Amino acid sequence: MIAVEKLNKHFGKVKAVDGISFKVKEGENLILLGTSGCGKTTTLKMINRLIEPDGGKITVNGKNITDQQPEELRRSIGYVLQNTGLFPHYTVAQNIAIVPQLLKWDKKRTDDRTRELMEKLHLSEDYLDVYPDKLSGGQQQRVGLARALMADPPVLLMDEPFGALDPVTRFSIRKEFKELDELKRKTIIMVTHDVQEAFELGDRICLMDKGHIMQAGTPAELLFHPANKFVKEFLNEQRLQLEFKAVKLDDIWDLLPSIKTRSAANAINCNCTVWETLEIITANKDNAIAATNPVNGEIKTITFTQLLSSFHQYQNNKHV
Amino acid sequence: MNEGQQSLLDFMRQESGKLASQTLTHIGLTFISLLIAVLIGLPLGILIARKRKLSGTVLGIAGVLQTIPSIALLGFLIPILGIGAKPAIFALLIYALLPIIRNTYTGITGVDATIKEAAKGMGMSSNQILFKVELPLAMPVILAGIRTATVINVGVATLASLIAAGGLGEFIFGGISLNNTNMILAGAIPAALLAIIFDFLLSRVQNINFKKMRTGIKVLPAVLLVLACFYFIPSAYAGKLIAGFTPEFMGRRDGDVGLRDKYGLKIHTVVISDAVMYKAAYEKHLDVISGYSTDGRLKAFDLIVLDDDKKIFPPYYAVPIVSAEALKKFPQLEGTLNMLAGKIDDSTMTDLNYKVDYLHQSPEKVAMDFLVAKGLYKQSRNGNAGTVRIGSKIFGEQYILASMYTMLIKGYTDLDVDTKTGLGGTQICFSALVNNQIDLYPEYTGTGLLVMLQVKPRVLDSLVLDKDKVYNYVRQEFKTKYDIQWLKPIGFNNTYALMMRKSEAKNLKIKTISDLKRYLESNK
Repeated sequence: MIAVEKLNKHFGKVKAVDGISFKVKEGENLILLGTSGCGKTTTLKMINRLIEPDGGKITVNGKNITDQQPEELRRSIGYVLQNTGLFPHYTVAQNIAIVPQLLKWDKKRTDDRTRELMEKLHLSEDYLDVYPDKLSGGQQQRVGLARALMADPPVLLMDEPFGALDPVTRFSIRKEFKELDELKRKTIIMVTHDVQEAFELGDRICLMDKGHIMQAGTPAELLFHPANKFVKEFLNEQRLQLEFKAVKLDDIWDLLPSIKTRSAANAINCNCTVWETLEIITANKDNAIAATNPVNGEIKTITFTQLLSSFHQYQNNKHV
Repeated sequence: MNEGQQSLLDFMRQESGKLASQTLTHIGLTFISLLIAVLIGLPLGILIARKRKLSGTVLGIAGVLQTIPSIALLGFLIPILGIGAKPAIFALLIYALLPIIRNTYTGITGVDATIKEAAKGMGMSSNQILFKVELPLAMPVILAGIRTATVINVGVATLASLIAAGGLGEFIFGGISLNNTNMILAGAIPAALLAIIFDFLLSRVQNINFKKMRTGIKVLPAVLLVLACFYFIPSAYAGKLIAGFTPEFMGRRDGDVGLRDKYGLKIHTVVISDAVMYKAAYEKHLDVISGYSTDGRLKAFDLIVLDDDKKIFPPYYAVPIVSAEALKKFPQLEGTLNMLAGKIDDSTMTDLNYKVDYLHQSPEKVAMDFLVAKGLYKQSRNGNAGTVRIGSKIFGEQYILASMYTMLIKGYTDLDVDTKTGLGGTQICFSALVNNQIDLYPEYTGTGLLVMLQVKPRVLDSLVLDKDKVYNYVRQEFKTKYDIQWLKPIGFNNTYALMMRKSEAKNLKIKTISDLKRYLESNK
């Protein structure tokens, strides 16, 4: 869907982006992760040509982005900014309708789509005629997301979309974000410096440093097969939590004891991560949960201790 | 007709017609220039916000223009744009430009970068970003600039009256020259009110919310345009010849009022500053001007004085006035000072003034050359039998006279001289003399009569403005009232006069003010 080849950008003598290449498949969530100044935001902005590269090539859907007018390109790519970038002189409805207006949609189509998105993003319609400064940070970010999604672009670029929010709002909006069906269909490139966020939301992660990609892969790959010392050290601090988030029940299925369960009524999917399963188990009274494997239809009952010991076994195998 | 007892309201009521037309002209001038300043300043501000490299240069130039003193700017503009509305509007425009350009620039560059990036990221073109994002968000700042420019313009527009563009400055400067407080206030209060009202109205526009702002922005240019048109309401008529009179002349009985009463002269008149009037006449922007009969500029600009055949201008014969005490103390003084009596006539004095004012010779040199030519000059005796203190007002003619007296006293007596030139206006010189700070200075009979003695019109009529009667009257009055002696007249009469270009006066065969009146009436 998106292919970046040997992309270069320097500001003066500083090489912000130094010959990086990566690919993003359709419907995939790619996270550009790294500390400030690593070149992740510069990379993102080159994809919608807010920054013009000094070398290399970017194709979206096989088309070189330099073959299009930058304005047209940008209208076909959703863009979410850290500080929302909502127009203070536009109402919420007008803000959301910016791209449709540029694309000259008729009023009814714009209105219908606005209402649809407001509902999906849990924004009350009362806010339509309100100016952004009357909204909370979380609400503003939702409006920013609605604005980016309005014209249903296949590609979405997000520049630290939750960066300006407090931890609590951040957590809940991230959860909503994950469940939003509009986003499941999209090819998304998101920039963040938050490792937890990257592991929670990313199908694949591109860890960058000083303009280079240190490693690109799934969260589990980064954790268990770090390409170099930098990757290993970068993830060390929160390793346990990250591993909980990166490992899915599916990965440790064979290590779990096969205890037949009483009922599969509340069974969870083996797609869940160990972290999520632990959360559900601790919330449950009887300290156990049923999980199903849709591939073979097997159902297993998992307890807290069983889960941890299986996970530990898996961990040992991986690190050896 | 005692003006001191007339209240401001009486004055305003009496002059309501003039007041209304001056106010309209004032509003018109302010807003014509403001409108043009917005039309130029706004795009320029946008341009430099786009091309930041230019911003230093453009803001620098606008800043430098802003610092030119307004009177000087008007002076520069006369050779290029003449007198009247054009240079006035141009000058106001220049003062209004800086706040408008600067605030447009600051407003646009001050728009949050995230918002601009969002607009760009949404796919807006740079024009769409300008009109939909940058300008609306910068509007409060831009309006603040327009507001500043308006207030500046209302103030500077008072100076427009100095170059015949009219406005409330006519009353203000007339009042200052005539020392008529009511007249000053009649111009200053409406001007201040205009500034306050426009400032308030624009502050309201500036603070309304974004929704109403859109309608506001559409209405504002229309309002500006309407206000700008006010300028054209009062100036509906134009004559064949144009007269330019100083604000002072306009308000004086022995000025415009006398011309109307005694001669019945009806001429299209504009008010203009003394500083630019002669040049404007020379450059044919004006045909008739009010001036002083011994002014060096008469010669410099090739003008002639029209004969005051009905005697409305009082005689202003120059005479040294000396405190009686000094005459007693220095017995030779009177004789020495009277050596100049009758020696300088009008054209000689004009010539001497011309040398100082236009050829930039020093007053001392001009004085010495004259004394040498008349055979009056003697080498200084470097005496020290006492010191005579000579004062003078601050203009060339007085400097020349003070120098001549200095040389005569030093050459013919054993006295030393201390000159205190540059004592400002009449009042300062006179009080210095009364308070024994100086011993003598050259004064004019008319000034003594009208300024110091402030005679009643009845007395004026009895004197019929005859030169000897006036001289004898002031001599007598000063002796009894102030113990000050008027010596013998020097000979020339530096009075008010109407002047025309020599060539035009010759062509039209105009020699006297009555001729001028006849010419105007026959060519209606």
